[in-house]
Amino acid sequence: MIKPLLTVRLWKVAILAAGLLLLLSGCDRRYLIFNPSGPVAEKELHLIILSAVLCAVVVIPVLGLLIYIVYRYRDKPGNKAPYTPDWNDSKILEIVWWGVPIIIIGILGVYTAKTTYSLVKPPVEDVKPITIQVTSLDWKWLFQYPGQKIATVNYAEIPAGVPVQFHLTSDQMMNSFWVPELGGQEYTMPGMAMRLWLQADQPGTYYGSGANFTGKGFAHMKFKVVAKPQAEFNQWAKQVKKTAPALTEAKYEKLAEKGLAGKQTYSSYPEKLFTETIDRNGGKYMKPEMKHGGHDMSMMDHDNE
Amino acid sequence: MGEKAKGFFVTGDPLIYGADVSIIITLLGILVFLTYFKKWGWLWREWLTTVDHKKIGIMYLVSSLLMLFRGGVDALLMRMQLAMPNTHFLQSQHYNEIFTTHGTIMILFMAMPFMFALFNIVIPLQIGARDVAYPFLNAMSFWLFFFGALLFNLSFVIGGSPDAGWLSYPPLSELAGSPGPGQNFYIWGIQISGIGSLATGINFLVTILKMRAPGMKLMQMPLFTWSVLSSCITIIFAFPVLTVTLALLFVDRFFGAHIFTATGGGNPMMYVNLIWMWGHPEVYIVVLPAFGIYSEIVSTFSKKKIFGYKSMVFSMMIISVLGYFTWVHHFFTMGAGADVNTFFAITTMAIGIPTGVKIFNWLFTMFRGRISMTQPMLWTLAFIPCFLVGGATGVMLAAAPADYQYHNSYFLIAHFHQTLIGGVVFGYLAGLYYWWPKMFGFKLNDRIGKWAFWTWNIGFYVCFMPQYALGFMGMTRRVYTYGWDMGWAPYNMVSTAGAFLMGIGFVFQVWQILYSIKHGERDLTGDPWNGRTLEWSIPSPAPHYNFAHLPEVKSDDAWWDMKNHRYGAAVPNKMKEYAPIHMPKNSGIPFLMSACWFVAGFGLTFEWIGVGIAGLAGVGICLLARSFQRNTDYYIPVDEIKATESSLGRVV
Amino acid sequence: MAQPAISMDAHQEHHHDTFKLLGFWIFLVTDCIIFACLFAVYAVLRTHTDGDLTGRELFEVKGFTAETLILLASSFTSGLASLAMQKGSKKHLLGWLTVTVLLGLSFVGLEITEFAKMASEGAAISTNAFLSSFFTLVGTHGLHVSFGLIWMTGVMVQIGRYGIDAHTKEKVTIVGLYWHFLDVVWIFIFTVVYLLGVM
Repeated sequence: MIKPLLTVRLWKVAILAAGLLLLLSGCDRRYLIFNPSGPVAEKELHLIILSAVLCAVVVIPVLGLLIYIVYRYRDKPGNKAPYTPDWNDSKILEIVWWGVPIIIIGILGVYTAKTTYSLVKPPVEDVKPITIQVTSLDWKWLFQYPGQKIATVNYAEIPAGVPVQFHLTSDQMMNSFWVPELGGQEYTMPGMAMRLWLQADQPGTYYGSGANFTGKGFAHMKFKVVAKPQAEFNQWAKQVKKTAPALTEAKYEKLAEKGLAGKQTYSSYPEKLFTETIDRNGGKYMKPEMKHGGHDMSMMDHDNE
Repeated sequence: MGEKAKGFFVTGDPLIYGADVSIIITLLGILVFLTYFKKWGWLWREWLTTVDHKKIGIMYLVSSLLMLFRGGVDALLMRMQLAMPNTHFLQSQHYNEIFTTHGTIMILFMAMPFMFALFNIVIPLQIGARDVAYPFLNAMSFWLFFFGALLFNLSFVIGGSPDAGWLSYPPLSELAGSPGPGQNFYIWGIQISGIGSLATGINFLVTILKMRAPGMKLMQMPLFTWSVLSSCITIIFAFPVLTVTLALLFVDRFFGAHIFTATGGGNPMMYVNLIWMWGHPEVYIVVLPAFGIYSEIVSTFSKKKIFGYKSMVFSMMIISVLGYFTWVHHFFTMGAGADVNTFFAITTMAIGIPTGVKIFNWLFTMFRGRISMTQPMLWTLAFIPCFLVGGATGVMLAAAPADYQYHNSYFLIAHFHQTLIGGVVFGYLAGLYYWWPKMFGFKLNDRIGKWAFWTWNIGFYVCFMPQYALGFMGMTRRVYTYGWDMGWAPYNMVSTAGAFLMGIGFVFQVWQILYSIKHGERDLTGDPWNGRTLEWSIPSPAPHYNFAHLPEVKSDDAWWDMKNHRYGAAVPNKMKEYAPIHMPKNSGIPFLMSACWFVAGFGLTFEWIGVGIAGLAGVGICLLARSFQRNTDYYIPVDEIKATESSLGRVV
Repeated sequence: MAQPAISMDAHQEHHHDTFKLLGFWIFLVTDCIIFACLFAVYAVLRTHTDGDLTGRELFEVKGFTAETLILLASSFTSGLASLAMQKGSKKHLLGWLTVTVLLGLSFVGLEITEFAKMASEGAAISTNAFLSSFFTLVGTHGLHVSFGLIWMTGVMVQIGRYGIDAHTKEKVTIVGLYWHFLDVVWIFIFTVVYLLGVM
């Protein structure tokens, strides 16, 4: 079939275009999405570029055609261009412009499906991932490290080169967890633990924010994700464990009140805080795998129960 | 949040005090004007009780332009706040209210009535009918919209505006997240006008199916009529979902129920699904008629038959069906799983196919035509590149994993403004310029119109292109402020400048209308553009009964065919005797009943149950009163028709 | 040419009656969608009882069976009313409509009693999601029936005043259609809510 051939060529075009884009803007660190710092963001950027190129394949010729037609067939005395007021049908042309978009959408559809399925798996298979539980509160982020038994507010440290599975939930208002340089976002919803794989290839500080409106303090729901080499990360966790105060139930309740907060670290948290938050907000009606481990949840399944 | 409106009136903000004063002065001005010139009777007889589709259309138009102004001011306030980092022009709360009302007003109280204005003014004329299928219901639809919009706008000065976003996701929009009446204003304002929209959908569907001029087959209908048909079908299937969703949200808020709450077993995600089952088709509801308008204009001003008529019809029908199977693309990031996301990604991209086909067909209508650059054509030509790019970014957004990076960012904002302004607003404006002479009997001034056109268009690109970049830079929507650190400042500044350019464009248009009322070129022929469809076969503005003789249609482009083959209205001398014309009588019930809905909505908004029940009882009484009415129609005598026709310069 | 034009005009007017019926059918489609949404919501929230009583404990077989039989009977009598109308018997028409309205009233009465009893037992609309969706679904149907009762009474008054003519005929047809529609919706409520609830 022609598809493989076609796609190889398309990838070449895509890479070229990517180079161009990077030249134009990508080297500028401010364009977070053009500066993927991990495999997830990279895959998504590839798809972005591929879709942009495929669209450009249609858009640019059509724009050219538009300019040409409008110029050539303008209503000026003495315009010698042909004029066929009753010509209104051409099977061949119609087949062409039903066909071309179908092919393009077909190609894009295949790559979209591939990428969608690949993102629900850990980005690399041979490194043991870590888990971080994220709770969006009004208006701050709580990160719990079940492996390290520590917690932070409004910033997270992760080991570089290690896949991180974020379990996302919300204590009430629905938000969205987004670290553009590491990968796309996912909603934090009451009563569920959504799973999001991200990974930072290099140590660095990455910008994160809430992307779904939650009211008055929403604009301030920003956080930093700091990626460090594994050893330094371990060191940091140990340090927190040793020096930071504990997050008690009472302290959590205080934290959950509406308001802003600065960076905080905690040496421990109530064992079942995360699952209890989920259960309290309707989690008990979810299938177990939506709350603990398992694969990506599907709300459609849930609705059919 | 947490700031329950303390008093009945919104206080404490100089902007709102200013608005209060101007509202009161305007109201007083209107009252004094009406009383001084003894216009109360005229207002009641000619407008408030009218069932004439043309007058209803004009009322829709005026209301929608007012709402465009209000929504536009909202937009400018937001852009002023965002022009620079760390601005203290608006507080968070105020900003949240403004973006909520901006979105709601622009879609539901600007785009919808603008669209209904064109439905009303054009459809009966275009299919050769004397009115719509249910003229009384038509008047009711308008007044329901009017009072719904009034209720929604009232929140600005009384009780406080809604602030949970234009689709008001729970739990934020529940009592816990949004106490106070603002959210109830949102629910009832939309609910009341939504009933009207649903009725309009039914009304025009039946009108098109049943009231076409003798001889006009479905596949001979003008494309605008087809687009309205597909839009109406979409309304009929989508709007009931909105009604249910809002009602359930109100049940939650009013009775303390747990349908969408996070606690008590409720399910907020269900709201998100339901609201988008309406919300996505809604986008097609407003854009399909715009496609119809472009088709009419391109064909008329290229002096050529529309290319690929069947394809055009087919693609619109596909769009209206596929439009139901894409709603999940508004929340790919809700984690519905790879299967679901892939399915909806592909259906969404698939909608691009028929849309693309339409663009090719418009291009090839112009190909080998003779294109004249009139104002309607200018807006149509501006639409093509704008919508092309907007559509392309739509396809980019449809790729689910890419959407994880775009979702809720300014990339998305730029995309939907490009399709909604470039597609819908440009289309309606093109339609407005095109059919203006038919509505009022004169053309809109060309020179001022070109100024408006260029400021609008340049303003558009200056405003929204930087927002794509901001999206790539990680700027999320609905933030009321941002810092210097992200490098967002320059683009935001440019974007604000663009928004103001568009505002200037609007001012030009207002000036253009006022100027043209006095100096506009009068249309004495009824056919100023050398049109192709039946609305151009009658005088401008159309007489009360539209067609003295119902036209007999023998082909597509009916009027063009009549002109070419010299028959029907093209040879008025050959027209024979007139017969009395059967018309519906005016009625005050639509106005009164909608006013009762307003009272009910207002009472329920503040949870004043007595007022609410009184309003609903009033609605019931109006319905019963209508049911008991018998002589709702009358005949226009032949003499009157003769007199009207000769005064319009038609040979008798 | 004028001749056909005039007859066409008349043609269009005469069809105004079928317009109304067609429009009402389309309205029923929209109402169907409303109920479909409410059913979907109920299906999702059916098990979300938040630890409270379920349908099995709350629903009373006797009560909802009686409601069902009464509503079915009323649909039948409204059919008989239409038949009487076809025969031109104003007396029978009014009689059957009265029976229909009385049956409808007793249905609404039973439903209100059922709701009040549930609420007094602590199973109110605000108790949990299951009950919220139950009361909205069944209550929406009940409101439809109540509205239909007022409407039907209005139509009866008109028949009393004007007799059986084109106008009242149309009204009886449409209100009858509405009544049958509510009956069909109830069959679904009976099955999905009550039968599945107590099983």
